[in-house]
Amino acid sequence: MARSSTVTSRSKVLVRRETRSAYLFLLPNMIFFVGFVVIPMILCIYTSFFDSTMGNDTKDVFIGFGNYVELWKDQIFLRALKNTFVIVLVSVPVVCVFSLWVSSAIYRLRGSILSTFRCIFYLPVVTGSVAVTVVWKWMFNNYYGIFNYVGKGVGLIDKNINWLGDEKFALWCIILILFTTSIGQPIVLYVSALGNVDTSLVEASEVDGANSFQQFWKIKWPLIMPTTLYILVITTINSFQCFALIQLLTSGGPNHSTDTVMYYIYYTAFKLYRYGYGNAMGVILAIFIALLSAVQFKLAKEK
Amino acid sequence: MNSGIKKTSIYKIISMVILVILAILFAFPLYWIVTGAFKTMASINATTPDWFPKEWVLDNFNKLFSRQTAPLWELGIPFSSKFSADGKPIIFTAGPVVPAAIRWLVNTVFMAVMAMILTCITSAMAGYALAKKRFKGQNLLFTLIVCAMALPKQVILIPLLREMSSLSLYNTVWAVIFPTVGWPFGVFLMKQFSEGVPGEMLEAARIDGAGEARTFVEIVVPMIKPGIGALAIFTFINSWNDYFMQLIMLNSTSKLTISLGIAKLQAENSTDFGLIMAGASLAAIPIITIFIMFQKYFTQGIAMGAVKG
Repeated sequence: MARSSTVTSRSKVLVRRETRSAYLFLLPNMIFFVGFVVIPMILCIYTSFFDSTMGNDTKDVFIGFGNYVELWKDQIFLRALKNTFVIVLVSVPVVCVFSLWVSSAIYRLRGSILSTFRCIFYLPVVTGSVAVTVVWKWMFNNYYGIFNYVGKGVGLIDKNINWLGDEKFALWCIILILFTTSIGQPIVLYVSALGNVDTSLVEASEVDGANSFQQFWKIKWPLIMPTTLYILVITTINSFQCFALIQLLTSGGPNHSTDTVMYYIYYTAFKLYRYGYGNAMGVILAIFIALLSAVQFKLAKEK
Repeated sequence: MNSGIKKTSIYKIISMVILVILAILFAFPLYWIVTGAFKTMASINATTPDWFPKEWVLDNFNKLFSRQTAPLWELGIPFSSKFSADGKPIIFTAGPVVPAAIRWLVNTVFMAVMAMILTCITSAMAGYALAKKRFKGQNLLFTLIVCAMALPKQVILIPLLREMSSLSLYNTVWAVIFPTVGWPFGVFLMKQFSEGVPGEMLEAARIDGAGEARTFVEIVVPMIKPGIGALAIFTFINSWNDYFMQLIMLNSTSKLTISLGIAKLQAENSTDFGLIMAGASLAAIPIITIFIMFQKYFTQGIAMGAVKG
């Protein structure tokens, strides 16, 4: 009896000590996390209910859901939302399938060749969005760009096309560039996931006469499912956030045909200085991303 | 059986050829940046592109470096206006006057290194506490961290900008560094790595009389070193390339990062592609060199963080 009571009182001291040290270890990070992530998030939601415009002498005016109501009547916003969804719906599946194909083609190669390939496909990510964007802008250029030169050379097009200035093409050009900057991380992830698949399972199925398609579909695919899920989520988030490309290539033009929600938020908040309205868009965007991630999780779990 | 082997080897050869072509296409923009930077004006504006520069010239770099100038190094102490005698921020300036492009590079390196150091130290500590300690509010905190990670960072930029101006950090490098450090991915990654530290080792250290700080520095840190390495290189590259945040937070010429600098070049001389490529290669070459040097660390870390998460 006596022993157990000393244990509990000692463990209480220990628990208190552990809690205190845990908080001390957390403190430095929490200052930054709470100060520069959590508080702005709360402010973002809070301000979205206000008419908060810089240059207005009056203070922010509470307008309830006014900003949100305005959003659903704002044709430019709806167009931006549609463009964002086009980008996400096209780029996410393409990125996933393509990176899976590349990874399964390279993951069994010799170490140095493997890392060379992986490195090359990662290059556009590392190069940085601005450097990548300016070179693509040159390549798409109406007069000096190589796309028009090569296109005419192989007979795909008869005369120069102003790729980024044409509503028909501009969004697709952006999707193409986004694609090249999006597949680096999925390939790294898939290569390591495929490398971790237990070879004895694969060999056993070979003995049982499974062909390589069956091997992939029945053994590897279920095993790399968590990686696929993770890739789906990060690619979705990245595609939703597509900004630098738009701002530097087209500024949302021509005629708002390449506006995305992220770009329109920037435009509203930092060109029109309508902070409240921009924040309302941010909240909507966050809700969409959360919903989409939840759906992807659910679908993957069911499988 | 035999034809099956033949089929797979033909398939392999075809997929290899496609892969090599794709790799060339993926590397091409970078090749075009670097060669473009050394091409003559005539070669750049030719309607028939020069696939390889006929003559290599430094004209573009000369043009880039003969633009504005700035002192090599300038550092504002955060919050210093609150306690300095005249109420103005304390700013250190050092070094000779150099072309603005060099200054942008210095700014970018400082920003990325500072973000990297602060992120690694604070995240390693917090990740360890989350993984190995029991405390009140642990689950709530972890949920908050995961939720914050799934949200787009850019969404919080508007309130962040106002917060930074009220802290008088707007248009200083700290306005870019602090939110990067606060971003919870680092804590998440470090938590995954710290979970691999065996509890018995921590217990043994405690019995040997090692304090909390010593246990962390001498036992935990060496064991999660690969994770810290991955986080370091990851933070460095991300912070170097985080154009949106830099765009919102910085505006005066001497404060710009190299990404902002090139964007500005492009806005001011939209068709002088040689000049823009010179700037772009100045931005891309250092970061690519660093990436290639630490590639192994980086890819392993990314993969491990994801698999365990």
